[in-house]
Amino acid sequence: MKIAVCIKRVPDSETRVKIGSNGKSLDEAGVKFVMNPYDEFAVEEALRRKEKAGTGEVVVLSLGPAAAQETIRTALAMGADRGVLLQAEKSPTDPFEAAKLIAAALKPDSWDLVLFGRMAIDDYNHQVGAIVAELLGLPCVTAVSHLDIDGAKGVAEREIEGGIEVVEFPLPAVLTVDKGLNEPRYPALKGIMAAKKKPLEVKAVEPGAGSLETVALAPPPDRKEGKIVGEGVGAVGELVRLLREEAKVL
Amino acid sequence: MSKVLAVLEQRDGALRKVSFEVVTAARRLGASVDAVVCSASGPEGCATAVAERAKSGGYDVLVFAATATGKDLAPRVAAKLGVGVATDVTDLTSDGGTIVATRPVYAGKALQKVKVLGKPAIVSVRPNVFTPDAQAAQVKPETLSVASPGRVVIREIKAAPAGMLDVAEAQVIISGGRGLKEPANFKVLEELAGAFGGRAAVGASRAVVDAGWRAHADQVGQTGKTVSPSLYIAIGISGAIQHLAGMRTSKVIVAINKDKDAPIFKVADYGVVGDLFEIVPKLTEEIRKLHG
Repeated sequence: MKIAVCIKRVPDSETRVKIGSNGKSLDEAGVKFVMNPYDEFAVEEALRRKEKAGTGEVVVLSLGPAAAQETIRTALAMGADRGVLLQAEKSPTDPFEAAKLIAAALKPDSWDLVLFGRMAIDDYNHQVGAIVAELLGLPCVTAVSHLDIDGAKGVAEREIEGGIEVVEFPLPAVLTVDKGLNEPRYPALKGIMAAKKKPLEVKAVEPGAGSLETVALAPPPDRKEGKIVGEGVGAVGELVRLLREEAKVL
Repeated sequence: MSKVLAVLEQRDGALRKVSFEVVTAARRLGASVDAVVCSASGPEGCATAVAERAKSGGYDVLVFAATATGKDLAPRVAAKLGVGVATDVTDLTSDGGTIVATRPVYAGKALQKVKVLGKPAIVSVRPNVFTPDAQAAQVKPETLSVASPGRVVIREIKAAPAGMLDVAEAQVIISGGRGLKEPANFKVLEELAGAFGGRAAVGASRAVVDAGWRAHADQVGQTGKTVSPSLYIAIGISGAIQHLAGMRTSKVIVAINKDKDAPIFKVADYGVVGDLFEIVPKLTEEIRKLHG
């Protein structure tokens, strides 16, 4: 099985967001960056598929700044075979531009699977995987939380509102994966050492401007100072009255 | 004024509530709003039909719902039209014909304002944000015929147990955390949700989902769902930054927690300090009386 996994370097989910002086982007000073958590499921799934097949290659690809090499090294330490960084100083605001660069990098090879996380926890775009699939002409299933593959046929489950959709698709395919698909492994010391010697190719890319332009990034409006209605079961009557008469939600 | 295409969703032959929100959002952007819905059993056929319709109809803007289905469909359509999508939008304006969308990023820790300059401009709107107006209820969408369902085929939809709403769409969310002490105790929350007569869903913090007490579908927060219900009741949830990110755009937040210093009280409109196992059953009783 030849599998490409597309990963992204993002601020850790514990990050307290500070807006940069340009008023349009995150102030990265002191921010810890990690592999996008959904991408960890993608890396894990690729490794398991390759292990099950007994043969193949797992290639990790990222679009990002030079520091994204660390993110790729983490995936290599988990067990991926080699990495490719599409190096750009600034990630494009328009996910279509990101998808174009990724699709162009994947196009020369033939893949059994191309895996993405279902979304990145920084920009919440939920779309690069699906656009890449379209650009490569491959079938795509998004937000996969369960996966069975038998030869050239796959069956995936994806959560939809109020239920689970079961879909069939042919391989090769692009899948974006959700939490629940697997339990990602931690890189072992041996893997971390081995990762340092694995090939990591860096290619400079120039993202286009695209059709989405950030005008401003701002903190969300502060919530009005709330009140403690009271303590214990005795406060319930007053809480219900407030919800009814003041908040008008009952 | 822009020419707008609202792409609606239906299930079991009926339009979903979010579809009326999509129409309402679309109407903010243009005087001329057409609505379509797919008949397809697969996303590929539907994407082709919507993209063709967008081109042949000369639409300036396409509006989708940022649901599981919409977040799957919108980028497929966008890719065919050569543009990106402004996803999960919570506010939309048209500034001299230019669409400006506001969308939560970093799990709601910041709001990004973007100009959507694509031809067409494509946005998906977060459920529960655009309150449907009376006119939206009158919408009669055209059903697009789909030539071929495509390579990805929906074989089955396993429905959640009857009466269970999804947290992303519920008007009321009763969420529980580690303070519940054990999985079986979520029954107390389910009873409270039941008292709201089919309007409420039970949510969960990451801690209890990771512990295997609740399904990932119920998780609210940065690696779960971001929600905006009318009423969010956080019970036994301390309020880690990841959780707050996912629910801070709720209209009214109530916190019930035994620790008066828990961070959840900082975002809650109303707090009750004390033992949830005493407070919640009493609250259930009071809500039942109201809906009696």
